[in-house]
Amino acid sequence: MSLSDNRILRTFAEFRQAGRQTLVPFLTAGYPDLDTTEALLKDFERRGVRICELGIPFSDPIADGPTIQASYTAALNAGVTCSEIFEMVRRYRDGGGQMALAAMVSYSIVFRHGADAYLAEAKQAGFDGLIVPDLPMEEAANMEAMASEAGLANILLIAPTTPPDRRIEIARQSQGFIYYISVAGITGERDALPPATIDAVAELRTQTDTPICVGFGISKPTMVEEVCRVADGAIVGSAIIHRITDAKDGSADDLVEKVGAFVSEMLRPVE
Amino acid sequence: MATKRNKDTSRTGYFGDFGGQFVPETLMTALRELAAEFESAMADEDFKAELDRCLREIGGRPSELYFCKRLTEQLGGGKVYLKREDMNHTGAHKINNTLGQALLALRMGKHRVIAETGAGQHGVATATAAAVFGLECDVYMGTEDMRRQALNVFRMELLGSRVVPVTSGQKTLKDACNEAMRDWMASVEHTHYILGSVTGPHPYPTMVREFQCCIGREARQQMLDVEGRLPNCIVACVGGGSNAAGIFAPMIDDDVKMVGVEAGGRNMSVGGHAAPLCAGEPGVLHGSLSYVLQDADGQTAPVHSISAGLDYPGVGPQHSYWRDTGRVRYTTASDDEALDALVALARAEGIIAALESAHAVAEAMKIAPTMGADEILLINLSGRGDKDCNEIGEILERRGKGFQTGAP
Ligand SMILES: Cc1ncc(COP(=O)(O)O)c(C=O)c1O
Repeated sequence: MSLSDNRILRTFAEFRQAGRQTLVPFLTAGYPDLDTTEALLKDFERRGVRICELGIPFSDPIADGPTIQASYTAALNAGVTCSEIFEMVRRYRDGGGQMALAAMVSYSIVFRHGADAYLAEAKQAGFDGLIVPDLPMEEAANMEAMASEAGLANILLIAPTTPPDRRIEIARQSQGFIYYISVAGITGERDALPPATIDAVAELRTQTDTPICVGFGISKPTMVEEVCRVADGAIVGSAIIHRITDAKDGSADDLVEKVGAFVSEMLRPVE
Repeated sequence: MATKRNKDTSRTGYFGDFGGQFVPETLMTALRELAAEFESAMADEDFKAELDRCLREIGGRPSELYFCKRLTEQLGGGKVYLKREDMNHTGAHKINNTLGQALLALRMGKHRVIAETGAGQHGVATATAAAVFGLECDVYMGTEDMRRQALNVFRMELLGSRVVPVTSGQKTLKDACNEAMRDWMASVEHTHYILGSVTGPHPYPTMVREFQCCIGREARQQMLDVEGRLPNCIVACVGGGSNAAGIFAPMIDDDVKMVGVEAGGRNMSVGGHAAPLCAGEPGVLHGSLSYVLQDADGQTAPVHSISAGLDYPGVGPQHSYWRDTGRVRYTTASDDEALDALVALARAEGIIAALESAHAVAEAMKIAPTMGADEILLINLSGRGDKDCNEIGEILERRGKGFQTGAP
């Protein structure tokens, strides 16, 4: 299989052509439960989201701050498993869901299942790409080939601490888009982006044609706007998860409405 | 010199199939810099001389080799010796590593260090090195361990470090590692992470082993001096595996049997023990590929041990390699066996071992009687038990054992 028909690549190609940028919301799969995650996916799609990131809960997510960590712990305590997550994605696709979906998944999970088996199952369920945050370029060499084989984009990350030469090499190897981490640190909401981020992304823009999405800390519409002046997309995680946490004790409909409304606000700068 | 057989490092940072660097991109530059700095330091005679001086003047090295006359008589088999890492400053082998890494931090111009700790021994050893060199120091510790090892929390604070309570997960060592790594992600420019065992991403497994190899180098020479030959067998407890690697590695190519003892806990069902080499499977945890206790999805399994320093679901990658090549035999000692061994050693030799080290003593007490009187068994007594006295008292009380007075 090749990536020519991959939803992530196709979507960014469309955006490119239209001169537009995009919002990439993040959801913890199974938080507070898988039915709600599915309902949120459908709601986001109705509101105009085209690419979504699904976090596969992990017991020891070292790149995540308290908000996402707590959502992972809650999902795991509720008994969510990888196979149930795949089933939920399959249901979303069977119901006509068209968004591009990238799995954010620890290599601990991928390795445990066997990378071949995990990638094949992810693709078959309806995922389009994967982001393995604890698999740096050196260890990812096989993954890139295996992912392409399975028809999945293997999305790599660049950090503020990544030296210039290495950025170019990562950019070359990353498929679908490049995940630029806005801060040296863990996920979590922040009031402002470090000033260096915008310059760094602008520079990277001149070095690669691959789309660039910026994530970590993006919490409000003005930050989406700021990022999308230089990048192809803004990834929003903790700000969404915290709104799920705030609403999870009410009804599922109310939760979806509240979180969806926030996503609409965040979409505005890129509409 | 080591041969390929026992140190397969054909891929950088790998021991056979185990090891690697499974960490977020944010940390990759720091790990590369650290690996380069470590390599250059180990080739620098001035650095090595300074480290030796620190080990001697601060750490109290060399540690003694001690013949257990009464224990040997009681067990009625091989001659039992102890390598007395419990006599080191701060009470365990951990100081060997923290002095080395603190010197590296200075060399890299980093003015802050962080550490994770389980038993608190690594935390205290880090806090001590930080005080000696005037470094700022934060130690991450699970709240369950803070309870079990209250004395060490006090020691760290007295030494001027901050102890940061960790309340996620099981509130023990694994969770403290997560938090230390998260801190490092944000502070990596000016902070060095003093990891406490031969675990984690490359270069830690190699670097920490090298800093702990003073144990095995000394022991080897001391055995030759005292007995004119090497021991037939060496026993060490294995949490992450640093004291074991430190005594094994310098004799790995000698004709010496080696046994690593993991925490058998209450029982060998999931959550009852902390023995990844005996009951786990290869997996990725905290930056390296090694044996680990996890479920079918790759979620880290809960663990249990009476000793906070062994209460960890992973193990250093070189031990996984030694396990698979058969060079080292790995086994377990249960909570009860460790407790009994601790009491037995205290009464026979006047030495109160750390609960971690008592696991090695327990296995040695099984092996010694099977050996001939001319054979030698060497135990790495990785630490002393002062820190554990409260906890041991409570457990013995609860089990209704209390203390039987009088000599056995
Ligand atoms: C006295 C002692 N022995 C052993 C250990 C286990 O660590 P390792 O297996 O790295 O030697 C600890 C850890 O805290 C310890 O304090």
